[in-house]
Amino acid sequence: MPRTHTSQPAPHPVLSRLPGRAGRKTPDKLSVALTVNGVAAQLKVAPWTTLLDALRDHLDLTGTKKGCDHGQCGACTVLVDGRRIVSCLTFAVMNDGAEVTTIEGLAANGALHPLQQAFIDHDAFQCGYCTPGQICSAAGLIAEGKARSADEIRELMSGNICRCGAYPNIIAAIEQAMRRS
Amino acid sequence: MINFQYARAADVADAVRQMAADPSAKFIAGGTNLIDLMKEDVERPSRLIDITRLPLKAVEQTPAGGVRIGALVPNSDLAYHPLIEQRYPLLASAILAGASAQLRNMASAGGNLLQRTRCYYFYDIATPCNKREPGSGCSAINGLNRIHAILGASEACIATHPSDMCVALAALDAEVHVAGPGEARTIAFADFHRLPGDTPQFDTNLQQGEIVTAVELPPQGFAAHYTYLKIRDRLSYAFALVSVAAALEFDGAAIKEARLALGGVAHKPWRNMAVEATLRGQTADQAAFARAADELLRDAKGYEHNSFKIDLARRGIVRALTQAAQGRPQSQAVKRIM
Ligand SMILES: Cc1cc2nc3c(=O)[nH]c(=O)nc-3n(C[C@H](O)[C@H](O)[C@H](O)COP(=O)(O)OP(=O)(O)OC[C@H]3O[C@@H](n4cnc5c(N)ncnc54)[C@H](O)[C@@H]3O)c2cc1C
Ligand code: SF4
Ligand code: FES
Ligand code: FES
Repeated sequence: MPRTHTSQPAPHPVLSRLPGRAGRKTPDKLSVALTVNGVAAQLKVAPWTTLLDALRDHLDLTGTKKGCDHGQCGACTVLVDGRRIVSCLTFAVMNDGAEVTTIEGLAANGALHPLQQAFIDHDAFQCGYCTPGQICSAAGLIAEGKARSADEIRELMSGNICRCGAYPNIIAAIEQAMRRS
Repeated sequence: MINFQYARAADVADAVRQMAADPSAKFIAGGTNLIDLMKEDVERPSRLIDITRLPLKAVEQTPAGGVRIGALVPNSDLAYHPLIEQRYPLLASAILAGASAQLRNMASAGGNLLQRTRCYYFYDIATPCNKREPGSGCSAINGLNRIHAILGASEACIATHPSDMCVALAALDAEVHVAGPGEARTIAFADFHRLPGDTPQFDTNLQQGEIVTAVELPPQGFAAHYTYLKIRDRLSYAFALVSVAAALEFDGAAIKEARLALGGVAHKPWRNMAVEATLRGQTADQAAFARAADELLRDAKGYEHNSFKIDLARRGIVRALTQAAQGRPQSQAVKRIM
């Protein structure tokens, strides 16, 4: 994703003309301490490494998906210090010291998280690409405690797009998990 | 994305000092607009000054009876704060009409004010854009301009400011507190954002090196008669084509005070105090609202693809004032417009 590798081929027809591109020193990598799914992790990342790329490429936690990489789809949703966010629009260095929960960290003691079970019970996915983000987002939604009706669930889950259109079943799954939590 | 250095600011003075030392640096708060634009190579800061750890996260009552909102208060915390929910529900409603739950958890009050336009050409570095590259031309004026301005635009730029929160802050007569290399100062909300004129590269009247520290609300919150009506291409998670913040205060059956701010129609949240003044003393009926809407839109000018916004705004204003008068604000969860 970052277009700033050390060996670049031909100069880009547009980018190379932009002011300020030439002569920039490559910055040092920075240390970042994260607690991911309860496990402490120490990373060395470039400043432009997003939290999403740190999780996927540095920690091999590929459950968190990259859909749009621009905050528009919700596939990259994780919980940071208990709050749902999109991990593609935050740099890993900005999250130094944070506790991150990804889809891989939701099941406890070998038992599925109630939301994971509910998604299975209600057939709340088809291709499954949006599902980790949907489930992490729903976990955040339940923790926030602001949704009481199906309308409110729909509105507060609107940051998670499902290209397969599994929305009715996703709402039903979240309602089930909410009833049981 | 072009490479950049990263540094954390220890306090506001340090943030200002770091910015003075490297004028092509940028502050980063929630990151939801800046990182997006950096990925598109639209923003190319030499350095990011991370202000997320500064102690600007409080929502507190002021001695004057208003509320002071720290620049780093996340949008969601602000919308759900009891002081805001109870006394300034117009602001809460506008925030909840914007973006998504995840983005509102990340986005800061200061960053929301300084978010940049969603003009497609501003985002596409292969096309001319006076806002991105002064003097290169405006691709939107004769291009795809469906989401663009109908009020206050110039030959140089017809972009709109995309924020929902700012429309409510404009209606509520908020103030913006800033710190910088010079004296700390306070800017009236109406003077914070600017019209494009022939310098569309400047979205606001913030000076180079200044940092927003807080937004302050005056005591009057219009909690009984308000609405935020947002009209867009899909019912959630989309920017406004037109939005209307309306707030009324009554003296018996007569309007004592009216506030009306529009989003999605101009380079800044659009207010017209003269039109608001004409509503004073009138009874809250459709005819009065329609006259106000016509007056407010008298100088509106459409382009090839956005003329529909003029009618949309006219009806939106009447509907919003009606909702406010009836004390039936638009729900941001149940989307039916009543
Ligand atoms: C998919 C998507 C949909 C969205 N939909 C909506 C919507 O419907 N309605 C809406 O209103 N918004 C919407 N937004 C925009 C969102 O509200 C803004 O991105 C957000 O408010 C910006 O805040 P931030 O803290 O993340 O800013 P950042 O991205 O951190 O910063 C934005 C700018 O502000 C500057 N800045 C930040 N804080 C300060 C400060 N204290 N002082 C001086 N400068 C500062 C930064 O240097 C930068 O230039 C959407 C965004 C996305 C990605
Ligand atoms: S409307 Fe403004 S932002 Fe859009 S292309 Fe024209 S100058 Fe650029
Ligand atoms: S990948 Fe982050 S929102 Fe789409
Ligand atoms: S299940 Fe395929 S995108 Fe949602």
